[in-house]
Amino acid sequence: MIKILRYMFFNVLVRFVTLFVLGMNVRNRENLPQKGPAIIIANHNSHLDTMVLTTLLPARLLPLVRPVAAMDYFLKNRYLAWFALNIIGILALKRERPKRGEDPFANINEALKNGQILILFPEGSRGKPEELSAYKKGIARISQNNPDIPIIPVFLHGLGKALPKGESLLVPFFCDVFIGEPFKWSGSRLQFMQHLETVMTRLAKQGHFPLWD
Amino acid sequence: MFENISGNVLWFIACIFGFLIIASVTVTAMKRKNPQKNYRELGQRINSWWAMVTVFALAMVLSRNISLIFFAVISFLALKEFLSIIPTRRADRRVLFWAYMAIPLQYYWIAIGWYGLFIIFIPVYLFLFLPFRMVLIGETKDFLRAAGTLHWGLMTLVFSISHAAFLLTLPAAKGSPAAGAGLLLFLVFITQANDIAQYIWGKTFGNHKIIPSVSPNKTWEGFVGGMLSSCVLAAIIAPILTPMNFWFSILAGGMLSLAGFIGDVTISALKRDVGVKDTGSLLPGHGGIMDRIDSLTFTAPLFFHFIYYLYY
Repeated sequence: MIKILRYMFFNVLVRFVTLFVLGMNVRNRENLPQKGPAIIIANHNSHLDTMVLTTLLPARLLPLVRPVAAMDYFLKNRYLAWFALNIIGILALKRERPKRGEDPFANINEALKNGQILILFPEGSRGKPEELSAYKKGIARISQNNPDIPIIPVFLHGLGKALPKGESLLVPFFCDVFIGEPFKWSGSRLQFMQHLETVMTRLAKQGHFPLWD
Repeated sequence: MFENISGNVLWFIACIFGFLIIASVTVTAMKRKNPQKNYRELGQRINSWWAMVTVFALAMVLSRNISLIFFAVISFLALKEFLSIIPTRRADRRVLFWAYMAIPLQYYWIAIGWYGLFIIFIPVYLFLFLPFRMVLIGETKDFLRAAGTLHWGLMTLVFSISHAAFLLTLPAAKGSPAAGAGLLLFLVFITQANDIAQYIWGKTFGNHKIIPSVSPNKTWEGFVGGMLSSCVLAAIIAPILTPMNFWFSILAGGMLSLAGFIGDVTISALKRDVGVKDTGSLLPGHGGIMDRIDSLTFTAPLFFHFIYYLYY
């Protein structure tokens, strides 16, 4: 039953919003994963980011898609928690410092072992709309633990204009999606983070974005 | 079904599908003959034409209100493209929301046949309301740019385009073989055929550039050839779809050709200004919606007033 609800939510409601109300210009769609496991990483400006990334994938992959989301934000009350866990299908991540001996990424590793496709925002939180903030290093540790799993970098533009942090009124804007080539663990965390930076900057430079001030 | 549409209009729609079949067969034959040549963009263009003509024909045939919704959706997609490629202000999110809200209202006035409000709603009331809403938010930096660009977008992509839709509500004029649907079909067919004719004449004989600083591919040969083709086509199809006599249909063909050209280069100037090649990627081979309806933004209001003055 919940599976049907989730299917309807994403493939009817969310697709209507991302394809009609917003509309997407997608560059290099062929870089998207055709099967799990995989990690999709993107810059984070809006709640719509997860919706767009999920609907970029074919409907048959939906049961595998798990957005990684902050536990403190999404599990703060039971209604939001029910929605986040069952309909969005989030994988809850603790943002605060882990206790001794506790692996904060245990459920992520587990999900990847089960062939799931994770959506992850290495900026941590939705930053100021349409600005990149520094990437958190957790993504490097996840990749180190799962060195064979492809990471697909995606740069999103326009969603921070359509629904920025702190706003509840959605205003239609086309959204640009730039999908980079998949890469894997490179052998060192520093190298990994540098590669991530370069790739995302390069993707962002492909676009020509109008002024928004 | 069919209650709002005369036999002539249905026949004409069938003929357009006939042209599309001929175009598709020709391209397939060309591909067979010269397999080394690249016909990808031409093929994409024709496939997009199939999609556009099918949706437009379905909307026309199903009912008048579905046709109005069809045009409202066109205005929405075009305004969204426009607002996505021009500079906008963070402070104006709520103002833009109201600009979008103008679309269902504008088409609602058409649905209930309220000509008086249809003709002043955007040029007067939104022209006054949107800057007022901006002032309430209080951001004064780039105020004039924001108010001016937003209103320009609403005028071209909502107000102008809605004139094409208003044709649908017109009854058959005296001695006319078809009602408003025939006029709309005439307008859209001549406008789009003129674009294609200009392109083909320009590709084949084009030599003298007409306005190189805005649109380097436009030539005098394409412009004149397009105008001749449009006049001939208009003279042929006007008796099937409209109340116009021979000389008025020639005049309409020439006017649509000239206005279509101006609309086309006006949108080109906008694209040059903001630095994009296409306004979007919705229609493979064509670009975005604005790339396809650029000519219509000028032909629709002119043709509407031409007909409205002469026959209503």
